[in-house]
Amino acid sequence: MKFTGKCVILILAVSLTIASAGGTDTRALTSDPASYLVNIKDFTFSPPTLVISVGSKVTWKNQDDEPHRIAETNRAFTSPPLDTGEAFAYEFKTAGNYKYFCTLHPHMTGEIIVESK
Amino acid sequence: MPRKILYDHNHDGIDRRGFLECMAWAGTGALCTLSGGALKSYALSDVGRLTEDLAKADFSFVQLSDSHIGFSKPANPDVSATLQAAIDKVNALPTPPSFVLHTGDITQLSKPEEFDTAAQLLKGLKTDQIFFVPGEHDVLDGTGKLYRERHARNPTDQDWYGFDFKGVHFVGLVNVLNLTAGGLGNLGPEQLRWLEQDLRNVSSSTPIVVFAHIPLWSVYPAWGWGTDDSAQALSYLQRFGSVTVLNGHIHQTMLKVEGHITFHTATSTAFPQPPPGMPGASPGPLTVAAGQLRGLLGITQVNIVRGQHALAITDSTLAENGSMEGHL
Repeated sequence: MKFTGKCVILILAVSLTIASAGGTDTRALTSDPASYLVNIKDFTFSPPTLVISVGSKVTWKNQDDEPHRIAETNRAFTSPPLDTGEAFAYEFKTAGNYKYFCTLHPHMTGEIIVESK
Repeated sequence: MPRKILYDHNHDGIDRRGFLECMAWAGTGALCTLSGGALKSYALSDVGRLTEDLAKADFSFVQLSDSHIGFSKPANPDVSATLQAAIDKVNALPTPPSFVLHTGDITQLSKPEEFDTAAQLLKGLKTDQIFFVPGEHDVLDGTGKLYRERHARNPTDQDWYGFDFKGVHFVGLVNVLNLTAGGLGNLGPEQLRWLEQDLRNVSSSTPIVVFAHIPLWSVYPAWGWGTDDSAQALSYLQRFGSVTVLNGHIHQTMLKVEGHITFHTATSTAFPQPPPGMPGASPGPLTVAAGQLRGLLGITQVNIVRGQHALAITDSTLAENGSMEGHL
């Protein structure tokens, strides 16, 4: 299993403001303006598309009773398997469009659009 | 009420159709007999006829699937107990199966202790041999190393394999590795080349049984219930008079007949999943009312009758008086 040094596994519940479901959401989290949350629920990423600035951190949290494993399509980042309640965070240090999917359920896809500051 | 399917390639008086699909969800089962490419079906309430036909079987095998050892969520907090119930069901069959096929998702999270628990339980099966193919839950690390260490037919070979048993050719395929974004199950070019080569020396009159985890037909692609390159694999099977494809993954019985190919999916021994496309549902564990669970789990028995070229698929649930449904 390959991890980048920027990956942080969060097992504890993440007390972050939850981004709204569906569509594009660019709201910053109240506790940290550079942190965002993508919920994994009902086999979907919510929001499916997220626009953030370089240097922001995105946390994916699995709220399904099924494990999921997140991977960027070019493997810029890959999470470990996330069981229920587990989370994975990645800090985006380079601008670009990052398309990702669940390696177990590849019909689940999402995108992080990282813009230069 | 499950539908009854009658299908015949050999013009023996049974309903003939070019395409036929049957779904039997939740607490039901299926029994099929494929006779020289002819599929007959009937409800197992017709026990007398069933017993008579099964008594003619040259050999039988059982399919278990989706045991998810390690799962402990509300849909089934004790998957070891239900796997044990499935094993008890197999061991209670009047004739022990020659072998058992497990069509994947043995474990929930590919953990060593989950594989070990499953192996310990499966040791209790009264059968000569167990053949496995992995589900995506068994290869969570992306390589399938732990699965391969325990269950590969030959660790130096690829994960897929074929074998012959009493005149029937079996093929175990792997469609849960190297999955790509937006895609479905995947066999891959290397495995497809192997399959084409493997089948090259098999006569067209030989019954073929193909087994893999994710369905090799498009059950419901929106939920990932299909395999991207299955059409290529199926093209190699077109010349055979009797092909049976056994899958798991969707935790419910479904049956489809297309040409000479019969597709069948098995119930799970762990938890049910919703019918494809059920409004408001997703393809995950389905929590049902207490007392209903075992009626939605089950085993699949397959009987093969040489001479009559018959292959029968029987699903039965783990409920106390396990309801069964058949297609013959």
